[in-house]
Amino acid sequence: MMLTKEKQKQMESLALKVREHIIQMSTGGGCFIGASLSCVELIVYLYSEWLRTDKDNLKSIKRDYLFLSKGHDVPALYGTLAELGFFPVERLKNHLNPLDNIYWHPNRNIPGVEFHSGSLGHLPAVAAGVALDVKIKKAGNRVVVITGDGELNEGSIWETLLVANAFGLDNLTLVVDRNQFQANAKTEDLIPLEPLQHKFISFGCNVIRTEGHDFTALDLAFEHLQKQTGKVKVIIADTTRGKGLPSIEAKANRWFCSFTDEEAINLMKELHGNSGTILYSETLTVR
Amino acid sequence: MGYEKLLIETAMKDERIIVMTAENRALVRNIPAVLGNRFIDTGITEQTMVGMAAGLALRGRIPIIHALAPFLAMRAFEFIRTDIGIARLPVKLSGYIPGLLSDGNGPTHQAIEDVSLMRGIPGMEVYAPADEDDLMKILPSVWASPHPAYVRVNHKAGNFTHDPHTPGKAEIISEGSDVTILVYGYLFGNALETKLILEKRMSMSVGLVNMRSLKPVDEEAIVNVAAQGSNIVTIEDHFKTGGLFSIVAETLLKNRISVPVIPISFGEHWFRPGILTEVLENEGFLPEQMAEKIMKTTEKIKL
Repeated sequence: MMLTKEKQKQMESLALKVREHIIQMSTGGGCFIGASLSCVELIVYLYSEWLRTDKDNLKSIKRDYLFLSKGHDVPALYGTLAELGFFPVERLKNHLNPLDNIYWHPNRNIPGVEFHSGSLGHLPAVAAGVALDVKIKKAGNRVVVITGDGELNEGSIWETLLVANAFGLDNLTLVVDRNQFQANAKTEDLIPLEPLQHKFISFGCNVIRTEGHDFTALDLAFEHLQKQTGKVKVIIADTTRGKGLPSIEAKANRWFCSFTDEEAINLMKELHGNSGTILYSETLTVR
Repeated sequence: MGYEKLLIETAMKDERIIVMTAENRALVRNIPAVLGNRFIDTGITEQTMVGMAAGLALRGRIPIIHALAPFLAMRAFEFIRTDIGIARLPVKLSGYIPGLLSDGNGPTHQAIEDVSLMRGIPGMEVYAPADEDDLMKILPSVWASPHPAYVRVNHKAGNFTHDPHTPGKAEIISEGSDVTILVYGYLFGNALETKLILEKRMSMSVGLVNMRSLKPVDEEAIVNVAAQGSNIVTIEDHFKTGGLFSIVAETLLKNRISVPVIPISFGEHWFRPGILTEVLENEGFLPEQMAEKIMKTTEKIKL
């Protein structure tokens, strides 16, 4: 079923709020802002439309599962979960407070986080284990795992695809946040991935490539793949690292950023249409 | 009863158990016919097997997973540490041909640093049975516990009937006032013979302890041996670093006890592969060789 105009508006408004949270989390120690901004629409879409998971069924064996394998995108998840009432929005202020569990990578003590990540190339296998149990029990849970594109360098992902397809895990959907960058470089300049869809097809997957910031396009992709059976589903979502903030969009050095409060105020304005933010904080080299 | 039969019996009684292997079927050859879709062979993919086991455990399953000990403990180490360890999931790791049991395979297949690696993971339990009888006595409580565990699977028949296993407790075979041998795994049988040689020829009073559970370790047993004034010998098919010698050193230091401890283990080298009996001789693990080493070293200590 096509997304209604009203639903799209709801999601757009939620995405805007999530981006505000991400900007907030880029102060006071910083976060991986670029990788978070690129998958906002994806995560907002999943929780608004695709996943039958909400704050009231978090422990249910029938819930759908989302795994963030790239991990750096967790501010986008936390912003979404907080706005949807999984935990109080206030709690986001605890970002990087050692007494809470909100930091640069996911922690499953936060309601809605299914598993921790940070070491790349792990969660496709964990998600495949969940999907396998769902298959054995003949249940209908959807299992989605989001990976980065740089993360596809990890051989374990391709190993898991071979295994998951051997077991016909068509209830597993792997979504690549194809924002064209890995930590410090363009993927195509470092370890080229293209033609990416062909690689997944040759590994036995049902693949669709789509615009990753367009809710209707994402919806069409998920709905289309849902009808395909027998193979792991792969969605390559073409996105822009830093999406929504032109001053950091698609810039190789805007990976991990720790901004001042003043810069954050200007980034908020930029998010809402003012252009020309001057960023003076240097990009931190954390890796 | 052997490993596979016990596994089948346990899995038949508990729907939560999933048997997995990274295409190492030596211990689980007859499982597929019995367990059907609760048997998962992921192919030669130790990392994926461990990650999937974590996912299955998230759904309430208890995966019992199999691979050769070196590839399980080392190829997949970070997956074990990160996916099973951090989440403390009840995944049971069965490492096949650990230590000396890799006999002719060569250094690629020698898991002689596995105890060190596995016990370094918070919450991970580590077991090293002396023989098949010991293995059968240890496994039921390991598989029934809610903790992750690594078992050095030793399915070789011994000629000793072991005591029932109490989790976290060593098996005290005998007490001795001159020397006490602490041992685990395959070398238990040779340690037992070593004890007999020392008693017979040297009229020494020799204690022997089958450590069995290396984590949690029976600290009380170690402390008691030292308190009796006995010299300690540790025998293990493991590097000297991080295994039983280290465990004993840590325990004694923690309890502010100082006694001579003689390690019989691998130094800074992998062992030269071959027929097991010849490997034992070449590496100095035959009872005669170990008895002589213990004798000479304790004499030096006395001087």
